[in-house]
Amino acid sequence: MPLDYVVKRFGLLIVTVILGVTINFMLPRMMPGDPVEQKLNQLYATSGGQMPDLTAMIESYRARFGLDQPLWNQYLNYWWSLVHFDLGYSLDRFPERVSDTIGSALPWTLGLVGTSTLISFTIGTLLGGLLGWPRVPRPVRGLIPLLMILSAIPYFLLGLVLVFVFAIVLKLFPAGGGYPYGSALRYDVSTIVAILQHAFLPATSIILAGIGTWALAMRGMIISILGEDYIVLAEAKGLKQRRIFVWYAMRNALLPQITTLGLAMSHVVAGAILVEVIFAYPGIGYKLFQAIGAKDYFVIQGIVLLMIVAIAVILFILDLIYPLIDPRIAYERR
Amino acid sequence: MAAQLKARSRRFRFPELDLTLVIGIGILLAILLFALVGPSFFDPKSTNVGAFPPRLTPSGDHWLGTDAQGRDVLAALTYATPQTLKIGFLAGIVGLGIGVILGLVSGYFSGVVDTVIRTATDVLNTIPGIALLVVIATMMRSMTVELMALIIAALAWRYPARAVRAQTLTLRERAYVQVAKLNGVGGLEIIIKEVLPNLLPYIAASFVATVSQATLSSIGLEALGLGPQNTLTLGMMIYWAQFYSAILRNMWWWWAPPIVVIILIFVGLLFTSSGMDQLVNTRLRRIE
Amino acid sequence: MSDEVLRVKDLRVHYRTNSGPVRAVEGVSFNLSKGKRLGLVGESGSGKSTTALALMRLLNPPGRIEGGQILLGDVDLAKLSEEGMRRVRFSQVSLIPQGAMNSLNPVMRIREQFVDTMSAHDQRLSKKEADNRVAELLHQVGLRHEVARMYPHELSGGMKQRVCIALAITLQPKLIIADEPTSALDVVVQRQVMETFGQAQSALDAAVILVGHDMGLMAQFVDRLGVMYAGKLVEMGPVEDIFREPLHPYTQMLIQSLPSLEGKRFFKGIPGVSPSLLNPPPGCAFHPRCQMAIPRCSTEMPELREIRPGRWAACHLVEVRP
Repeated sequence: MPLDYVVKRFGLLIVTVILGVTINFMLPRMMPGDPVEQKLNQLYATSGGQMPDLTAMIESYRARFGLDQPLWNQYLNYWWSLVHFDLGYSLDRFPERVSDTIGSALPWTLGLVGTSTLISFTIGTLLGGLLGWPRVPRPVRGLIPLLMILSAIPYFLLGLVLVFVFAIVLKLFPAGGGYPYGSALRYDVSTIVAILQHAFLPATSIILAGIGTWALAMRGMIISILGEDYIVLAEAKGLKQRRIFVWYAMRNALLPQITTLGLAMSHVVAGAILVEVIFAYPGIGYKLFQAIGAKDYFVIQGIVLLMIVAIAVILFILDLIYPLIDPRIAYERR
Repeated sequence: MAAQLKARSRRFRFPELDLTLVIGIGILLAILLFALVGPSFFDPKSTNVGAFPPRLTPSGDHWLGTDAQGRDVLAALTYATPQTLKIGFLAGIVGLGIGVILGLVSGYFSGVVDTVIRTATDVLNTIPGIALLVVIATMMRSMTVELMALIIAALAWRYPARAVRAQTLTLRERAYVQVAKLNGVGGLEIIIKEVLPNLLPYIAASFVATVSQATLSSIGLEALGLGPQNTLTLGMMIYWAQFYSAILRNMWWWWAPPIVVIILIFVGLLFTSSGMDQLVNTRLRRIE
Repeated sequence: MSDEVLRVKDLRVHYRTNSGPVRAVEGVSFNLSKGKRLGLVGESGSGKSTTALALMRLLNPPGRIEGGQILLGDVDLAKLSEEGMRRVRFSQVSLIPQGAMNSLNPVMRIREQFVDTMSAHDQRLSKKEADNRVAELLHQVGLRHEVARMYPHELSGGMKQRVCIALAITLQPKLIIADEPTSALDVVVQRQVMETFGQAQSALDAAVILVGHDMGLMAQFVDRLGVMYAGKLVEMGPVEDIFREPLHPYTQMLIQSLPSLEGKRFFKGIPGVSPSLLNPPPGCAFHPRCQMAIPRCSTEMPELREIRPGRWAACHLVEVRP
């Protein structure tokens, strides 16, 4: 893989991260109102006006969070702390650090969303490929309208329906949470089973919601590839249908399909957040939801930043994978 | 032989006035009808908190029962639908407008202008929309329908900008544009008179996609609790339903109807958008 | 024992459309002997490409072989099963496609594209044997063995076309069908590629059907020429004969329309448009564009008759010479 390609893509990654961090930094500061002051006012109100010397408190908090310094300093300090993975303190659960708040939730999200998305993409792509291939029997084609409808349904709504049917009516699966309420997390079989049980419905809604999109995209790709000259020659060569399907059609359709995956990343993340909210699944999304409710700005910012960086990194990795699959890409500048 | 080869793929194309498009538009019209005419059947006060006894199951008086806050669900539905449509539509129009202008400018006048706009769009495309939307929305003191539409539009322009730019690049090389240039016609005039009319099918197709995207974002934000607190929209209905544990309490008449309407809206948009894509592609192939 | 590799009898190919059948090929018959080269020439829509595709059963719906026989030796390809036909493809009859630009799988190395041809026909070779065979084939078309490791996009148009030729001779077929193999190439490369093709073919003593619209190319390459119009053969015979004395009016116009380096002549095209294959004109399909048409031409379809031994024409104006 040519070096200039890697460097270019890495450059894009850096620019995205910088931009993301800057926007994340600037936006709250451009809004009217001051998070600390708001929060303290809120506490003041809910505690029935029992807090002594509110103004002094606000001042000291400001100093603590560095909000009284000139903007440039704040910006540089922000970068400094980011590099140290210091995302500040949670306003709501003070003195919990934001990085801890996020850190405890991250594995849940990675496990649920990561696995489900991979499964969804794989099944969807295979299904889409088969649906596009002319030699596939007619009844299978009936799936197409179903998949179209499925792809139109937003992730989280599907989750709601699943919760109702399987958790409330049929009582097959738990309605929410990541693990049984009130139990401690241990590394034993029963805990793992319980975790899987709780993950089943959210995972299913992510998988089902995504399958439609991937399948239809792949099908479209395969259909347009069928008109290509190399498919004709492949048939003329007397190759077996299966070989043509896998190595000539699917293989070539995979490339744009992975691009689609990259483009859809933001949607995947958005959907995952909402699914977690529906199921009260203890991942990043749910933490975000709670933070929004509590107006915990620092946690919100931390999570948003994480999302931006994570997606930028994933796209960078996809960019690196791409030329490995398509020998033409690395040479595009020739 | 080339003709035969292309004929092979042609057999998979739907005929031009495609069933998908017809169904899609049909669904959208039905929803529009519901949204425009529906509210006139109900007293707006039925949608206020405490209007009726809460948590009533569907009956002759309240076809969809009442929710945990005492609203008549069916009335709420008829008032919420137009609001959701309004957000999607507004955000779609504004986003499309910005996107088309940026796409045209960037595609037509290459060079520095193009590079700047293109890089900005690319980078902004990688930043997940929801991330920025959440940050912005959280900062708002209060949220209104119009404000939501604007915020969403601020990101919705990314998609049409990209699509329009790609098309402008192609159209720019067409003979009639070159001829106009040679005749000394100014850039802006060419854009408006020659390029824009031929872009219309693409713009129309982008519009549907943009509205779809915008509506999805708005419902997502609302479900998270970032929507307009005092206005009823479909997303807000779902939010309140979640808030009051409608699912756990088996109040299907509350959480299911908004979902059904939302699904219909998206299916309608998807079918229309897909049908329009087919239309645009076949039509343009004829011209070429 | 016949020297004949291919006998096509009354081949008919229709495309079923909503408006009725499009008669792409209407009763084409010809024979081809071992090592001989037949050219099929005609304008777009004449049915020449469809005939070529039909011979390999590569037609897709709505196209169908409606009748006739395609006898390769004793086997009628038109009636063979899918699997049977698959085995025939490339091992007995191979194809050199028109658009070599796009005919090679972009994500496969050249070597693999040879190997999968061989494996599909039950040739199990070790890696070393396969490498040798590929190098040998590439050498035969004038390409270095390093090409085997490359991807199609790394090759020029002419090189890609040569790879296609090498692919076509991999399994040593009895018949090679070349569908306008050089139309996408410039003249200099064209000549080189055709030379390479000719050499490869002679080495195998394979029969060739060259489909195209370039009369000049035909003149230089083929032994016999068949002129197609509106799905039928209107003239057939040794290529020098046809050029010296074209019998059918269409052939005459084709030859006249060739630009010549000697003497300045007006560039003559052929007036009119190709006939609809859905609703062909009554009688002779060419009569609307024919300068010499007589009343009989618009009512009665002329048969392809043997005017002299080895010379066929389908025209009312041509008398059978005893």
